[in-house]
Amino acid sequence: MRHDDTTTTEHPVLGSPARRLLTHSAVRNGLAAATVTAVGLLAVYTVDDFTVGSVAMLTAYACVAMGLTVLIGGNGQISLGHAALMAVGAYTMALFLEPRTTALREVPVLSVALALVLAVLVTLCVGLLIGLAAARLRGPYLAGATLSFGVAVPGLVTYFDHWFNGEQGLPVPPPDMPTALDNALWLPDRFVALIGVVAVGVTFFVLANVKRSAVGRHWAAVRDDEIAAQLCGLSIPREQVTAFAVSAATAGLGGAVLALFLQGVNPHSFDLRLSLGVLAAVVIGGLGSLRGAIWGSALVVFLQKVLADMDVDENLPSASYGLLLIVVMLAAPGGIQGLLSRLGDRLPRRSTHHQGDN
Amino acid sequence: MNRTLRSRASRAWARTATGIATTVTIAVTTTACGGAGGGSESAPGVTGDTIKIGSTQPLTGPVAPGYAKMSKAMAAYFNYVNDNGGVHGRSIDFVVEDDGYNPTKTAEKTRKLVLKDKVFALVGAFGTAPHTAVLDFIRQNKVPDLFPSSGSVSWNQPDIYPDTFGWQTDYIREGKVLASYVKENFAGKTVCAFGQGDDLGADGVKGVETVLGKDGLKASEAYTATNPDVKAQIGKLQASGCEVVVSFSSPGFTALALGTSAKLGFKAQWVVVSIGSDPVGLTGYLKDDAAALTNGLISSTFLPLPTDADNSWIKLFTTINNEYNEEQGLDSIVLYGYALAYSAVEALQAAGKDLTREGLLKVLGSGDLVGPGLTPFAFSADDHSGFIGTAMTRITDLKAEIISPVYVTDDGDGPVEKYDGVAPQAPKGGISK
Repeated sequence: MRHDDTTTTEHPVLGSPARRLLTHSAVRNGLAAATVTAVGLLAVYTVDDFTVGSVAMLTAYACVAMGLTVLIGGNGQISLGHAALMAVGAYTMALFLEPRTTALREVPVLSVALALVLAVLVTLCVGLLIGLAAARLRGPYLAGATLSFGVAVPGLVTYFDHWFNGEQGLPVPPPDMPTALDNALWLPDRFVALIGVVAVGVTFFVLANVKRSAVGRHWAAVRDDEIAAQLCGLSIPREQVTAFAVSAATAGLGGAVLALFLQGVNPHSFDLRLSLGVLAAVVIGGLGSLRGAIWGSALVVFLQKVLADMDVDENLPSASYGLLLIVVMLAAPGGIQGLLSRLGDRLPRRSTHHQGDN
Repeated sequence: MNRTLRSRASRAWARTATGIATTVTIAVTTTACGGAGGGSESAPGVTGDTIKIGSTQPLTGPVAPGYAKMSKAMAAYFNYVNDNGGVHGRSIDFVVEDDGYNPTKTAEKTRKLVLKDKVFALVGAFGTAPHTAVLDFIRQNKVPDLFPSSGSVSWNQPDIYPDTFGWQTDYIREGKVLASYVKENFAGKTVCAFGQGDDLGADGVKGVETVLGKDGLKASEAYTATNPDVKAQIGKLQASGCEVVVSFSSPGFTALALGTSAKLGFKAQWVVVSIGSDPVGLTGYLKDDAAALTNGLISSTFLPLPTDADNSWIKLFTTINNEYNEEQGLDSIVLYGYALAYSAVEALQAAGKDLTREGLLKVLGSGDLVGPGLTPFAFSADDHSGFIGTAMTRITDLKAEIISPVYVTDDGDGPVEKYDGVAPQAPKGGISK
């Protein structure tokens, strides 16, 4: 399995040009994030009331997938339990917003913003704890451990039902929209999609820069060769735990956006199928690539939509991800983004360079 | 100057190119999903000759085996209405979306029904947990939400959810009736509760405690609908020495509880909520042991019993079922579907030829609906609960029979009283005027 390789593509010894490049890449990441946000906003403003729901779902998926792609492609750890981390973010959101609900069952936008930040922080902490356990495990054992976490969380939620209201879950009140949007006859779904697009933009910008920072390089070094990284003075567990925590934080954000869209949280929403869906998005998009994660999310959400309209067996979406994964692994190990980069590289001149970075 | 720079340039170009490609594709994808057309009439979903109504139902998933037949019965009744002149000349276009009893899917499917299919109203949307998840969405979109298939008291919140109206006797009311029957007939026995870990269990136990008092229940155990193992809960009930168990459980879990009790040698009088005691449903789960395990089981009903062949409603629905839904027998779930569909058509008929959403809500709030139940509805401007009581039943040899008068009560702490009124008869032709 090939990973994208930002560490090796830049000249290691160039002093000041390297610094310039870093600033340069920050600017470029900013531009890329702005482009992603702009496309998202365009979608939010133009599509109809029904489709805007898909946009909101897409943004939730994309947040999680970007974090997961950094974890898998950037640090070499796997997680089959990201849906549970999304649940952590979503439940944080619900518990924080419930007491702030007005008589009209709405919450002020500021509370929503605070809740999003809180969801990220809480999931970050949970991610730290799980990361500590995960850092001791490798390969299938890590997959198994995260999988059991993913299965355990819905169980815990139903066990402590006086806090989480069991299977029925908790309501998440919609945000009280700014008057201008209210006047423009926006429904909450559209506003949530807007929030989701901003969340995706911010996540993209942060992760793209983290990947190119020293931290991201340490993660990649650990991924490529743990012994070599250790010889360079890196602490393997520390790099793995931070990577897991950051990845968890974005999952929390994605979960919070999803909860905001669904206007409620319950254990059913965060089952194994969601984890697998996000994983599929990451692999189909191209492991380690942030843009690929967005591509993959778009494809997965689109597939769900199409298959749901066809009224086929409810397991077909999951089956189709599996099939797609096999096809992608065989035909285009770099995923969608890998294909696009190869295409892009080929047009101006033949280049032996790698798949794209972000 | 050198290769590094040039390849850097080409990579930058590649990035730009992929950026543009991303932009275009996302834009195309998102717009391609959309573009659903809709009528431009004043009332969405209503044309000169059709009314489009929708429902989310569990056609697949954990509860599908017991409940998939309900929406088929609803569809059968609507087809019957359509073949007999429709509602003021309009035929009913009934769109059923499968949500697999998963609230996330319910959220998506309800959005599809309301925003894409543009239904005029929702009818009989299934399940407490799934439908609770879309109440806010329904309020935001001002869609009449008739008769969710569940007895949660959440449907009766007219201040917050003015568009939602309950139908089935709610679980608080039913809990109160069950408890007062137990209090009268099993005085001095140790009473316990067993219930589903959502509003079904919570509201039901609340009703029971209203009658028996806060300490009236020796033990109260909840199960999770996704975990088909109730040994721990039944074991605790047994250890607490329960002699009467009031159970707020779906048919599958009633069967599971009865079977587990038998295995553990736990003998108690089970008093089960109406929706969890259908003998046909229980037989499906318990097979050969069904008769032995369900004998003497006490339950209640807010509709006439499907086995009561002399009842005008049962006659009507049996006739329709034989013609429009022939491979399916008329059990209590199927009857539920017919009765609910009848009530929906009754409301639509009463809303008149100039059908609007406001008009429909007004009719529902007027309290004029009669319905096919044993009791009247509670409907008024500030009460959106449905039927107001039930009659007790007992199962003997897999046949339920009514063993008490009809009791009515409120969803607060009012008394449980005998109902003296007469249950309405089915109208000639089977469609409300």
